[in-house]
Amino acid sequence: MNDVAIVGIGMHEFGRHDGVSGMDMGVVAVRRALADCGQQWSGMQFAVGGSMDSGAADTMVSRVGLTGLPFTNVMNGCATGGTALSQSINTIKSGAADIGIAIGFDKHEKGAFRIKGPRGKDWYGGSGLALTTQFFGMKITRYMHEYGITQQTLARVAAKAFRNGAINPMAWRRTPMSEQEVLDSLMLSWPLTQYMFCSPGEGGVAMVVCRADKAKEYTDRPIYLKAATMRTRQFGSFEVLAPSVALDRNAGPTSDAAKAAFEMAGIGPQDIDVAQLQDTESGAEIMHMAENGFCEHGEQEHMLANGETEINGRLPVNTDGGCLANGEPIGASGLRQVYENVLQLRGDAGKRQVPNNPKVAYTHVYGAPGISGVTILSR
Amino acid sequence: MPNTIAVADGIFNIVDGKPVLLGSRCTNCDNHMFPRQQGCPRCMFDQQEDIELASTGTLWSWTVQAFPPKAPPYLGPVGDDFVPYGVGYVELPGQVRVEARLTVADPKQLKIGMAMEIVLEPLAVDDDGNTVVTYAFTPTSPGGQS
Repeated sequence: MNDVAIVGIGMHEFGRHDGVSGMDMGVVAVRRALADCGQQWSGMQFAVGGSMDSGAADTMVSRVGLTGLPFTNVMNGCATGGTALSQSINTIKSGAADIGIAIGFDKHEKGAFRIKGPRGKDWYGGSGLALTTQFFGMKITRYMHEYGITQQTLARVAAKAFRNGAINPMAWRRTPMSEQEVLDSLMLSWPLTQYMFCSPGEGGVAMVVCRADKAKEYTDRPIYLKAATMRTRQFGSFEVLAPSVALDRNAGPTSDAAKAAFEMAGIGPQDIDVAQLQDTESGAEIMHMAENGFCEHGEQEHMLANGETEINGRLPVNTDGGCLANGEPIGASGLRQVYENVLQLRGDAGKRQVPNNPKVAYTHVYGAPGISGVTILSR
Repeated sequence: MPNTIAVADGIFNIVDGKPVLLGSRCTNCDNHMFPRQQGCPRCMFDQQEDIELASTGTLWSWTVQAFPPKAPPYLGPVGDDFVPYGVGYVELPGQVRVEARLTVADPKQLKIGMAMEIVLEPLAVDDDGNTVVTYAFTPTSPGGQS
């Protein structure tokens, strides 16, 4: 099997962009990723892409070039971008192609996601239960009860995200906010306030991947894929949009994807220098720190208080501001995390560059109906 | 004549003014499921029997829906008429944890582990004047069953 490298990255700014379609942002991301490694669309041997609300990704060939390449559309909830990347990686690994591109973009209406069931049978949405925000409130409420996490710690996560977002020119929310301001903002889904939640947003990301042994032909600073894993839920895990949950408990797909990724890479959580973890809301970042293996359940309380996940901390988490500061365009979100890690490993992250000379970086996405994807990159 | 009607068929029956949740039980591994489904996600056996789920349990986790959901799909009042409501998982002993609206929306009155019982919750009045209802859980009244 071939090893895989990321040689080119491109992003369209996240946020709200009136008059710019999701597809427009995907095309911009593609052009920037190609320029980053000095390539043309005609050099791509395949593409994998996805969006939830902005149309079939493969239709962009009418704008970037009708070269006849195989283009696979993927849709995997919040893990869509991650899935585009992992499918691209597998294509290279298998030897089916030497170079290709993974693409994710989206543009969502304002407010919480509208989730509708089958026509005429929508008792769940009709009853007011089809909101992802409720799950996040209930998961962290249970977690706080079991492990002693406080609402102050939820606010610390959000304040960190907006601090990091403020020094990220691609981020949506670039105004720092104090912990008290976060706590005092509108209560949306107890115990989570408005600024503890990310918002559905807009943006696009693309990256060019190739056989590792050819990477130096495209860039002098290739970043290597050590692992890319994706898992669905096992029986007993507590997941979003579930009318019922089994009495059995299971650690969930994040733990499974993380274990598989560490095994694939042959390293452990202690070897990670910088991590981007799904922070749909503040509680998610906290729970995902433990589910991914970076601490024991409950240790997050003092880790956050001690600043251990700040850019200059022991384990910097969500250095680009995460979903909280960038918003969540479903198709692009997982690729945004990888984009940030490539910048960090190249030493190109500017004001938010982690100072520990990072060599190994970690990403994690989580989404409905209970899926997780993990990547581990190294230089 | 206007009636009280369930938000959808097959989710719960209305018996003596109370909802009875309709679930499935795996005849191989005893896994309980809600709503009804064929196929067991635990043991992968494909034969389940229809059962009625318990009407009482304990609160396993909760939140409060403080902003109006998008309508559609939400059938309840929105805009200025919106009323916040609790949402939780109620553990039905030996069966399953069921997601439900809660009649209480005040965080100070909600505690993990508190005893709960099932009630009907009105959502809307349809074009024929029927009251459309869903199921909800309410804290068990002091002194036992209400």
